[in-house]
Amino acid sequence: MNLELKAYEGSPSTLCVGCGHDSISKHIISACFHSKVLPFQLAKMSGIGCSSKIPAYFMSSSFAFNSMHGRMAPVATGAMIAQKDLLYLGVSGDGDTGNIGLGGFLHMIRRNAPIVYLIANNGVFGLTKGQFSAAADKGSLAKSGRSAELPSLDFCTLALEAGCGFVARSFSGDGKQLVPLLQAAMKHRGTAVIDIISPCVTFNNHDGSTKSYSYMKEHDQVLQELGFFTAAEEMLADYEEGGRQKVELPDGSHLLLKKLDSRAHDVHNRTQALSLLAQTRAQEEILTGLFYVNEATPRLAEQMQLTERSLSSLQEVDLRPTPEQLASLQKDFR
Amino acid sequence: MDKLHENSFVINIASVNGSGTQTANSVLLRSLFRMGVPVGGKNIFPSNISGMPTWFWIRANSKGYVGATSRADIVLAFNPQTFEADQSCLGSGGFFFYPEGKTAGKSVRPDIVAVPIPLQSLTDKIVAPIKIKKLAANMIYVGILSELLTIPQEIVRQVVNDQLEKKTSALQPNLDALDIGRQYARENLQHLAWPFVARTTDVPRNQVMMDGNTAAALGLLAGGCQFISWYPITPSTSVVEHFERFAKNTRKDKDGKNNFAVIQAEDELAAFAMVLGAGWAGTRALTATSGPGLSLMAEGAGYAYYAEIPAVVWNVQRLGPSTGLPTRTAQGDLTFSAHLSHGDAKHILLFPGSIQECFEFGQTCFDLAERLQQLVIVLSDLDLGMNLWSSEELKSAPVRYDRGKVLSPEDLDKLTHFHRYEDQDGDGICARTLPGNSHPRAAYFTRGSGHNFRGQYSEKAEEYSDNILRLQRKWETAKKLVPAPEIKSNDNKEGMIYFGSTSAVVEELTELLEQKNQKFDLCRIRAYPFSPGLEDFMKEHEAVYVIEQNRDGQMKALLAQAYPQWASKMVSILHFDGTPVTAEGLRHKILNLRGEA
Repeated sequence: MNLELKAYEGSPSTLCVGCGHDSISKHIISACFHSKVLPFQLAKMSGIGCSSKIPAYFMSSSFAFNSMHGRMAPVATGAMIAQKDLLYLGVSGDGDTGNIGLGGFLHMIRRNAPIVYLIANNGVFGLTKGQFSAAADKGSLAKSGRSAELPSLDFCTLALEAGCGFVARSFSGDGKQLVPLLQAAMKHRGTAVIDIISPCVTFNNHDGSTKSYSYMKEHDQVLQELGFFTAAEEMLADYEEGGRQKVELPDGSHLLLKKLDSRAHDVHNRTQALSLLAQTRAQEEILTGLFYVNEATPRLAEQMQLTERSLSSLQEVDLRPTPEQLASLQKDFR
Repeated sequence: MDKLHENSFVINIASVNGSGTQTANSVLLRSLFRMGVPVGGKNIFPSNISGMPTWFWIRANSKGYVGATSRADIVLAFNPQTFEADQSCLGSGGFFFYPEGKTAGKSVRPDIVAVPIPLQSLTDKIVAPIKIKKLAANMIYVGILSELLTIPQEIVRQVVNDQLEKKTSALQPNLDALDIGRQYARENLQHLAWPFVARTTDVPRNQVMMDGNTAAALGLLAGGCQFISWYPITPSTSVVEHFERFAKNTRKDKDGKNNFAVIQAEDELAAFAMVLGAGWAGTRALTATSGPGLSLMAEGAGYAYYAEIPAVVWNVQRLGPSTGLPTRTAQGDLTFSAHLSHGDAKHILLFPGSIQECFEFGQTCFDLAERLQQLVIVLSDLDLGMNLWSSEELKSAPVRYDRGKVLSPEDLDKLTHFHRYEDQDGDGICARTLPGNSHPRAAYFTRGSGHNFRGQYSEKAEEYSDNILRLQRKWETAKKLVPAPEIKSNDNKEGMIYFGSTSAVVEELTELLEQKNQKFDLCRIRAYPFSPGLEDFMKEHEAVYVIEQNRDGQMKALLAQAYPQWASKMVSILHFDGTPVTAEGLRHKILNLRGEA
């Protein structure tokens, strides 16, 4: 079924004019449209914060769950176990993920719950007017001139440590990179994390901030040029020449990566990904691109040996034990 | 003690936890149970794995009064640390067994019967490797007591067989220890003026003996629980562990895969958040916890109330606040649970009062949660949940599951529109759709923030109050749906209100009070909000005693809030030291208050 682009749109945004998050909504719409995701196949999940308002701004005809601060990961995990036939697209922020929701974020990844987890990362708490989040880089300046004193958390490194099988970073202003990453993440079998630097025009877009548009423009080091191809789309010949890498996705679609950076990187090599992230961080570069893909880890439903049917479709006939079964379970208590 | 006490005696076995007495205690208890003797077992244990004092009480009572008591007839003192203190529960002439040479220089009260047992030399007779021998030694006292109580040897042997079925290397040494004990009693204890005897009765054989958490797990299985997320916490842990075991046995699809999910969460915040996700997506979802865990679920509880998501918490209460005493019982989470969360939130509470009801509420909790799209908190407690009670075999109620107002794509086809929070039926309950419903009008936006009847974000004062008043209408509907109180009326002027594990001692308490010519009508509360019948009970009695296991009279506070006009009639009877409530203790408190002691 082909729907018009309009079917992928949401309510008008209530975010500040120029907010990076609005670009993210736009890129999600584009990715879902190009991937022909039907509204009823998608569940939009979020926590609390400016970032977590994003689900209101795309795909109005999809179910949405704007949950509690820091709780999107476990809410989505519960929903996913109950109804596993949907594509769960979660949008969180750097505070929602890295401050209040860090435990849930890491444990969702450990479980490999199939959720696309986007972090709209601007380094500050927008709705409470600009306090630093755990993603604010040490030395980055607040609007007030105060400097961030604590080491920042790097979501991609954390995701890799927790065993994530799809780890990428992007920039809200780079649709060319973000759209194919989103399309690929939606095909990934387990948890997919994309850390998206998304400047806050009101509280963190000034000189001295490491999350501003101008800082991103100067420091964004793009790792690869990305192309997403569905299974049906024909591949160009000799694609693996000239530093290209083809990344197969479970449904037969794939990403074609063309190396832009001088450093060699194999996206199937986790150790290399970790070391590359550490290196670029030390050099104050913001490396964006796809860092790691691994389709081999069993998904949560497989680990839990869940029935093929969605649990939520089970009815009384599937659930109630027979009188004989109940009696037999009570044998030990006689 | 000249009279023969047939099927009425209390045994207190004092030991050190981790010493392996549990199997032996259970064999003794279950042997009596299989004879049809009305009997109950209570494990009074520390929050510790090994080396601290623990007591196991077995109460047999021909009238069926098997609730807790503070008086024992027989003490087995295997813990030198508590050697003297353990004598205090015995009345004059009570029997005090202890291992010879293990008195730690302490004396035995002159008015009780000291029965030293040469435990070491008896243990030496067991042929087994030292580790097994040490554990099997506990079976010696089972042998001694079963000989003295005339419990048929074939029954005890069968129970040992059943319990150690899977530990074959331990079976024979345990059976030997049993024989050694019986032989010792036959040859050496005939001089005791022993008045206690166990006699097989004709109680129907369809009885089971289990703790409330096991019954809850069976109830949840029968009630269609599909999803449990949880974080381990005493005393609720076994609810989930039993459920998982039972479900693995019975809840498989044709390919052997699970038609249920149990997931251990990283904390109680996540456990509850997962329940919200799973309830929203249309499964019967539950978490089990106790006080500290419930505290962490408060924000989620408010979300469930306001976004109207079915959810169940099975709370096995313990003493608080904070870590409190994790292995001691209480009914102290009532007011907290009733209003769990900030803002105008309130929740359905269920108070199971027996094994049967722990089982029954395993379905009721989901029927109510899905019908009302609300959080239901079941308030069990450690006494009910972890102690052993006999009951009729548990059988599924003939009541179908109530899955509530859920619209399918076909239902939506027949409707001109669907608004998630529109009260079409006037009962305050709005229809919902489930994620995955492919109808173009099915989707809605779930949020904890202010919303109008369409589910749209709204900060308008009128829309907020409309919604919160509609939730109040739903609360009125709930009063008609929750289990009504159980009332026993004899036209007495005064009434007594109780609930939960207190139920186990009320019949006995009534008898004790009648001996003093004090008579009360009885009302057992089973749910909150209160059903209309409760108001009548309040109205019809001059005074109402509210018995509960907390310091501040939490049930009384909820009653006074619901019925301010009757508040002056309410009198609190409170028990809150962590021990299971006893009939004699309550009798004392009531008579004292009435100046009749």
